[in-house]
Amino acid sequence: MAKVFIYPATSLILSDLVARFGHKPLGAALGIRERIQTAGLESPPLQITPEEPKRGLKYAAVEVPSGVRGRMAIYGPLIEEAEAAVIVTEADFAFGCMGCARTDELILFTLRQSGIPILELKYPTNEEEGIAFVATIKNFLKGLPNGGEA
Amino acid sequence: MAEYIPDYVGTVTKYVFVESPSMTPGELALRAYEASEGVLIKETCFGLQVTGEPESVDRLIEEIRSFDPNHIFIKDRGFPPGDPRRCRANLGGARPGYLGHEREFRLLRYITRGLEEIGRREGDETEPAPPVPETKPKLNIKRLQELIATEEF
Repeated sequence: MAKVFIYPATSLILSDLVARFGHKPLGAALGIRERIQTAGLESPPLQITPEEPKRGLKYAAVEVPSGVRGRMAIYGPLIEEAEAAVIVTEADFAFGCMGCARTDELILFTLRQSGIPILELKYPTNEEEGIAFVATIKNFLKGLPNGGEA
Repeated sequence: MAEYIPDYVGTVTKYVFVESPSMTPGELALRAYEASEGVLIKETCFGLQVTGEPESVDRLIEEIRSFDPNHIFIKDRGFPPGDPRRCRANLGGARPGYLGHEREFRLLRYITRGLEEIGRREGDETEPAPPVPETKPKLNIKRLQELIATEEF
């Protein structure tokens, strides 16, 4: 079982397919869950504390806005942990404020720099593309060093 | 700043989405309750949320998938069910994150088709390469003008 980072990190389809084919999807929920379940001082809504931008310094320079560094404190450790990544480019729901947009760019840049196997594809828009989408992901996951059930 | 004491520590929560012509979220919930064995299940408009110890949830998820493997989709959730920071009962309007799910929900039928086709091919000795979508030639502008001129439809 390999740990596979998914982008968009909240994607239902990618999370399901990666788990279905025998690997562990690494998405935003894991980072959020860790913070939600850790006792400390109340910092609603996501329990992102002032400590997070400091942790984010590992992934982004000090002049980068704290919003990006705070987000990278969630995604950075997941990217470090990842052994492969599946990226859907041009996902139309992966948008947000400037902090989200810049973080997304930094996530993709970091993934491409990390040297792990990466699969990039687009969401299907019809049944034929759906077949190609699933087959491509299955073949990619099957080829990962840690196997899986694909 | 107030002290924060988390609920459901050590548990995992997963979303279960059902997009099936033969199973509604209500039916799925009933069947899931039968197999729940202590896992907290919350029925939603799109399927379920299940919360519990990681091993119990994994076992239940495996069982739930087997009900209709190509039409049931599962993903992790960071918050437990009914959390006031996320529950729409407290916030009003759609829950944060719901609109993303709604967007992907529309694509699930293509994924289902892909899973069915992949499942069908599994018996074949040589698995064919993923099909390359055909690129239809675009309509020539002169041909379009001719069609308009002759009202040929």
